[in-house]
Amino acid sequence: MAAGAELLEAAVRTATPLALAALGETVVERAGVINIGLEGVVLAGAFGALVAAGSAGSSGVAVAFLGAALAGAALAAVFALFAVSLRADQIITGTAVNLLAFGLTGALYRGLYGATGAALSIPTTGTTRLPVLAAIPLVGPALFDQPAPTYLLYLLAPLTWWWLTRTHAGLALRAVGERPDAARVAGIHVQRVRWLALLFGGVLGGLAGGTLVLAQTGTFAEGMSAGRGFIAIAIVVLGRWHPLGVLAAAFVFGAASALQYVFQAMGWALPYQLFLALPYVLTLLALAGLAGRRVSAPAALGRG
Amino acid sequence: MRTERRLSLVSAALGATLPAAAICTLAVLALWLILHLAGLDAAQAMGALWRGSVGSALALTSSTLVRATPLILTGLAVALAFRAGVWNIGAEGQLLTGAAAAAAVGLEGAAVLGPLTLPVALGAGALAGALWAGIAALLRHRFGVLEVISTIMLNFVALHAVGYLVRGPLQEATHVYPQSAPLPALARLPVLIPGTRLHWGFALALGAALAAWWALRATAAGFRLRVVGQNPEAARVAGQIDVARTTTRVFLVSGALAGLAGAVELTGVTFALYENLSPGYGYTAIAVALLAGLEPVGVIAAGILFGALESGALAMQREASVPAVLVTVVEAVLVLLVLALAHWRGSASALLTRMAGGTAGRQVRA
Repeated sequence: MAAGAELLEAAVRTATPLALAALGETVVERAGVINIGLEGVVLAGAFGALVAAGSAGSSGVAVAFLGAALAGAALAAVFALFAVSLRADQIITGTAVNLLAFGLTGALYRGLYGATGAALSIPTTGTTRLPVLAAIPLVGPALFDQPAPTYLLYLLAPLTWWWLTRTHAGLALRAVGERPDAARVAGIHVQRVRWLALLFGGVLGGLAGGTLVLAQTGTFAEGMSAGRGFIAIAIVVLGRWHPLGVLAAAFVFGAASALQYVFQAMGWALPYQLFLALPYVLTLLALAGLAGRRVSAPAALGRG
Repeated sequence: MRTERRLSLVSAALGATLPAAAICTLAVLALWLILHLAGLDAAQAMGALWRGSVGSALALTSSTLVRATPLILTGLAVALAFRAGVWNIGAEGQLLTGAAAAAAVGLEGAAVLGPLTLPVALGAGALAGALWAGIAALLRHRFGVLEVISTIMLNFVALHAVGYLVRGPLQEATHVYPQSAPLPALARLPVLIPGTRLHWGFALALGAALAAWWALRATAAGFRLRVVGQNPEAARVAGQIDVARTTTRVFLVSGALAGLAGAVELTGVTFALYENLSPGYGYTAIAVALLAGLEPVGVIAAGILFGALESGALAMQREASVPAVLVTVVEAVLVLLVLALAHWRGSASALLTRMAGGTAGRQVRA
């Protein structure tokens, strides 16, 4: 019972940044663009949070999250400039953006905070307990006693779903992802739609990085995104490009990752690295398991 | 025939090195600008970069070319895959599995294999890399999983698998450090130039690049690879090429090259297996391949350029306390510059064709 609650709490905590980044990437991919640079966007968001938190002082958590969002959007804009405006290859552009983020954050971190890179400590935002809901046995504390970004996620996932499927603008975005030429003929500005989608993805990816720093670790480390952006891209596929499916997939992934804490706590002798690798193996198996079903990838995904 | 072939090799080399020279200049200018903007002593830092990369014969051989070796091999892996439209982002994981397999052979097999240890270790590395890439190829063809995603996932699995090996079956005897025991002499690559750290892996990388150049240009398999990459539908219909079989083979060859890179790095440089064996060679390889225009001979030039930049960056950090990671920014800027230049060159040629009344330019863009 206690282990179950702990597992659930750890799953939600691990899933939150992944789901934020994946939700943004879902919108990007529905517009026909795959942003491999999401890994760099998350890293930039983490660094943006650090810089903004440092300049805003202890009171400015909102400012720090704003810094994270802006940094993420800035990097997404670099991607959009090349992959959308200049029609460069999306995979190569994304790789370049990842290198750029890794190099810039690493160099600036050492430049701004000393060559030794002494661990900086930023006060983390506490959890906010939602009245009534948090009192639900077992799932209550796990789902409703979390930091603010988790609640943002609860709001944004259904909202994004509604926007994509029920609004005119959402329809236009999906048209751009499925049949860009037809969308163009219908008077939709394809490049503008993709730019906006990427900026939205950049803001959410940045917030995912900000969550890592401001709500979880309370510090920044070089390369601290540690593959979360890549995992988010896999989660989009697992969630089959549907905002609510992506949310569910992120929680499944979070639970798979959280298993390692439980097994550690139980004192199992199995090698720790097996549990570290488990989420990636499960993702691959799940992706393979989707075979034969209706493939729901946007038709124009990845093509300039 | 033979002179013709030699001439075309020269022109391939020139075609790759002339833009590379321009790119070298751009890289230096970009770095100088970044240093200046950061308020650092650019002259001192650039001096350190020069001394640490190409300023002396020792720096060139022991540092730059040593660093270039895995970049050339993984760069080839990426270039061949991308040429065939196979988005193998997994060179990093294939490199790690290659290193792990070579370590297993080198450590466990030396007593049995004797003088065969080294070749078997290198072969095992290539085989392991090919098998690791083969998982992604299988997932693509049997289950329709995008290789962009599967190869990245496999990178993480490989990293954690190495993490497990160096704390479990392959850990050194004292069980203190997360690394393997040092390789026996039988399993080490000999030095290529006496008095330096440059090992035979560099010659192997050059040989692999030339072989890839020849295979792409002069063999039926190379032809199929190029056709499939350019237009898989036409390859299937008009050329009666089995696209799935071709891309699977390319995937396996690509993985083998990356696995060989790992085996070479292990047997030529680190002599022991540990998690941080690769400072992201498999990812830098994508930039190397792109800078080379996906041409095998160009990969040599681009690999050496990046090897020089990264060696110089380490010297810059030592002597001028400029963060070495800054060179990653330069690499990223270079890739973006190449993308932008390709765009402008593409639109210029499309414009010219359109002015000439042709439609070829438009077809190229579509």
